[in-house]
Amino acid sequence: MAAAAGPRLGAEELGLLEKSLGLAKGNKYGAQGERKTPVLQTNNGPSLIGLTTIATHLVKQAKKEQLLGNTAEEKAIVQQWLEYRVIQVDGQSNKEDTRIILKDLNSYLEDKVYLAGNNFTLADILMYYGLHHIMVDLTVQEKEKYLNVSRWFNHVQHYPGIRQHLSSIVFIKNRLYTNAH
Amino acid sequence: MPAGGGLPVNPALPEMRLHVGAGPHGAKVLAAAAWGPPGTAPGLAWAPPGEHVVPFLTQPCLPALQLDSGAVLFSPNAICRYFFLLSGKEQDDVANQWLEWEATELQPAVSAALYLQLVQGKPGEEALAPVREALAHVDQGLAQRGTTYLTGDAESVADVVVWGALFPLFQDGSCLPDNLGLLGSWFRSMSQLAPCRAAAAAVLTPEGARELRAHLQRQPVPSPASKRPATNEPEEEESAEHALSEEDIAAAADAWAQGTAALPEPWQPQHPVLPVAGRKNVLITSALPYVNNVPHLGNIIGCVLSADVFARYCRLRNWNTLYVCGTDEYGTATETKAMEEGLTPRQICDKYHAIHARVYSWFGISFDYFGRTTTPQQTTIAQDIFGRLLERGFLRSDMVEQLRCERCQRFLADRFVEGVCPFCAYEEARGDQCDKCGRLINAIELKKPQCKICHDSPVVKSSQHLFLDLPKLEQRLEQWLEQSWATGDWTANARFITRSWLRDGLRPRCITRDLAWGTPVPLDGFRDKVFYVWFDAPIGYLSITANYTDQWERWWKNPEQVELYNFMAKDNVPFHSVVFPCSLLGAEDGYTLVNHLVATEYLNYEDGKFSKSRGVGVFGDMAKDTGIPADVWRFYLLSLRPEGQDSAFSWADLLLRNNSELLNNLGNFVNRAGMFVCKFFGGCVPEMELSPDDKRLLARVGLELRHYTQLLDKVRIRDALRCVLNISRHGNQYIQVNEPWKRIKGNDADRGRASTVTGVAVNMACLLSIMLQPYMPSISASIQDQLRAPPACCVLPSAFVCTLPPGHRIGTVTPLFQKLENDQVEALRKRFGGGQPEDDALEPQAKAAPPKPPTPGVDLQKVKELSEEVAKQGTHVRELKAAKVEKGQIDTEVAKLLELKRQLVLVEGRPLEPPAPKGKRKK
Repeated sequence: MAAAAGPRLGAEELGLLEKSLGLAKGNKYGAQGERKTPVLQTNNGPSLIGLTTIATHLVKQAKKEQLLGNTAEEKAIVQQWLEYRVIQVDGQSNKEDTRIILKDLNSYLEDKVYLAGNNFTLADILMYYGLHHIMVDLTVQEKEKYLNVSRWFNHVQHYPGIRQHLSSIVFIKNRLYTNAH
Repeated sequence: MPAGGGLPVNPALPEMRLHVGAGPHGAKVLAAAAWGPPGTAPGLAWAPPGEHVVPFLTQPCLPALQLDSGAVLFSPNAICRYFFLLSGKEQDDVANQWLEWEATELQPAVSAALYLQLVQGKPGEEALAPVREALAHVDQGLAQRGTTYLTGDAESVADVVVWGALFPLFQDGSCLPDNLGLLGSWFRSMSQLAPCRAAAAAVLTPEGARELRAHLQRQPVPSPASKRPATNEPEEEESAEHALSEEDIAAAADAWAQGTAALPEPWQPQHPVLPVAGRKNVLITSALPYVNNVPHLGNIIGCVLSADVFARYCRLRNWNTLYVCGTDEYGTATETKAMEEGLTPRQICDKYHAIHARVYSWFGISFDYFGRTTTPQQTTIAQDIFGRLLERGFLRSDMVEQLRCERCQRFLADRFVEGVCPFCAYEEARGDQCDKCGRLINAIELKKPQCKICHDSPVVKSSQHLFLDLPKLEQRLEQWLEQSWATGDWTANARFITRSWLRDGLRPRCITRDLAWGTPVPLDGFRDKVFYVWFDAPIGYLSITANYTDQWERWWKNPEQVELYNFMAKDNVPFHSVVFPCSLLGAEDGYTLVNHLVATEYLNYEDGKFSKSRGVGVFGDMAKDTGIPADVWRFYLLSLRPEGQDSAFSWADLLLRNNSELLNNLGNFVNRAGMFVCKFFGGCVPEMELSPDDKRLLARVGLELRHYTQLLDKVRIRDALRCVLNISRHGNQYIQVNEPWKRIKGNDADRGRASTVTGVAVNMACLLSIMLQPYMPSISASIQDQLRAPPACCVLPSAFVCTLPPGHRIGTVTPLFQKLENDQVEALRKRFGGGQPEDDALEPQAKAAPPKPPTPGVDLQKVKELSEEVAKQGTHVRELKAAKVEKGQIDTEVAKLLELKRQLVLVEGRPLEPPAPKGKRKK
């Protein structure tokens, strides 16, 4: 019953993003193809297709370019994780895929606060929305196993305006399964 | 423009390194590198297949660009972007769109085509089939913009990326489809650019081709993006709809038509309930609550309520079911409590046993028997098991060093010692376990131990004790576990915790204690001791059953006929999966051992923990005072039952679920269905002519019912509740779409439709009353009462049948639920404490302990004064209550008491359980 972001949220996810960016609601989203790729019909020009493309567009529209990264390096890293979100996270089709994603992210986040290092970016927002339905099903033990992902996820879900109606995921403060590898 | 075509290895900047391998993305990144500003060309490294260049990725990933900062880019498109960004070329929406399309659509298609071409050796035309659509897309893109390149009249990163993806497949472009002219000319002009030419030359070597083929062979067989499975898995509810076949629909209509005749007779067990040959005999226990603690909501959901739902479900399935529980009464804690309250341990147990019984009865817990452990039967059975273990050599004696507090004149039970953890140096480790590192501790190993009562340092004294020789029983245990796990439903946490105990190796476990309040040890040399509560307490299940019936052995020594379910919170698992089974296995008396061990995780309160000492959280006896009905509590607690992971109680959530799920969804549906029967059809269920749409609805409801049954068979209590709500959601939709209140005023056909829809809806309400029975027994009863449901409705049907046939007269329909108001719930939240602000980030590793005043010393004088005041105020409140003065006055005095308590806790500077204010729980 708690709202969980499922795979391929598309329009709904972009609605969440709009709200977290402080944009007035008003964009209508369609979906295209079997993978339900989101489509945004803009007022001035052809429509935009694709989750990360539209998300990047919305960030610029909200004049929050810092969310796309400040340096060339940061910008490329943000786009890389957006792509990872769409390809790997949305493309996972079994438990093993999920395990690898969590494992890789966990090891990547070991020495980072956010995906692009020390700054909160669009990559964190979309990765959070994309992982929510996975995190919601993790056991306490798994959350401990992917401790860095859990820490990062908990940061992002408490970031003002991001979580909205999605259920808040509980992370326990004390480790329980100390023998877990 | 690119600085030049070459790909120099730049020795000046060895930090930035481009690792390229045999994969199909080499050309793309090599070409893009040339768009970086002069002097930034990366060093180049050819990586052998399978080399791990990206430290954090499990799968080898090439190409990869190692940056000066140490960061690594592993996405070919991000690498290409980076070179363009270095030269100040930002990507606009159009370029972004091409890049995203290339990654999500084009790459999978190209991989599939390359596989056909290079690995399977398919001829040109056939191999290109997977990319046809994508090629046309590029052609159209060029046509629509009317520009030379994809994003404008100059080449951009989009062109390089799309060209780079197509290059391995087309190389010189001669195989490009003729009808896509714009694509052809674009591809050829891209191929003429110096960087692309150089990149092509670098990868188009004979080794390059061989390696590409080998690379493709190592990959899983690709399929074009649009055919990838599982990426757009439909929502659960949609899938239920899709899964309906014509046969399902026909079967649902048949089942419906059979009516109540098809339902089995309700099984009426004899009293006492005993196993019956040929029936499914289910024995259910809930962990025995410790007597001197008033249970909080987490305790209730973890054990008694979960077990109750399952017991009610079993009875609804016509299974022969016995559900027993009781208070666990022996032990140090009771003795201490008795001292505090100036009563005997027996008086304390009597008093708190009654409180427990009242709490559970208010929550509607349907124990067949709620007993206690301090009975003669407990002594007989515990001593019998002990004797058998002794005879069979599974007990041994040993000297034990124990902590003794000279000031309190007693040996200190583990829970009355606190000190520094010997493993992790956590300062508030308990005598048996450290809350921080989770390791089990032997109390005498604690550094700087302190008596929790008087804070004196205890001394180590030794005395002789008896041990259950678990290592001797380990092999039998493992054999039994293997079989129980293969056939039973053990929750994942139960298996995990048990496995970790076995892995660490079992050690002999002490079963005696130097106490008076317990089951006496019937052996010379130990007669002044009693059994340790963890040897003794699980035997309580047996002795409580023995108090219920003298034929208790028919349940407990009957593994062939009885299926045993144990419900508990996860902290109780080892005692039910390791210690107690070892006692029973060692006794060799044909005992029934647990088949299904159902353990919950923890329920938190708002964003923290329930804490009686801090007055945070709702405790069993207070739930009633909130004015919220027991069934609403049950519903809310069950809907957040911590299955698989911890969950948290939240007042806002309680309000939301009451108002949205119970009031607007469930209550609204049941009420409307009944009201239509009363208002439009004089209180009699009308005739029904099922249309194909109605039959589809029957099938959908039937599917939810089956799903509900499957889930509850596996004790997935929370998930099954969702099925119930789905049915009422379908019902609301059905009424909304068919608008019987309008059609009733229409022509004959419309009136017929209104009649059918009303009849089907009220039958759905009746089905809901059955499915709700385990969760909300009194709501279920009041629906059945309002609908005058036939007696057959106390059995769960296997399909959705018409239980209220045309002509059936229903009773008076009244609303089932009340709206909870914001200020009402806000007031409750304030009253029960807790609730940090929403955005107060919780660090997973942060310490759970509340902030403590900085002063390490505790002002003992102040503590004493406050304790006295608390006691005085407590007595005062009790007297007022006994005198039945008006509620407002009592509330004021209770508020004063709570404030005093709070001050006391602050002065004590620690969240330990202070001597509870007398009579606070007494109602």
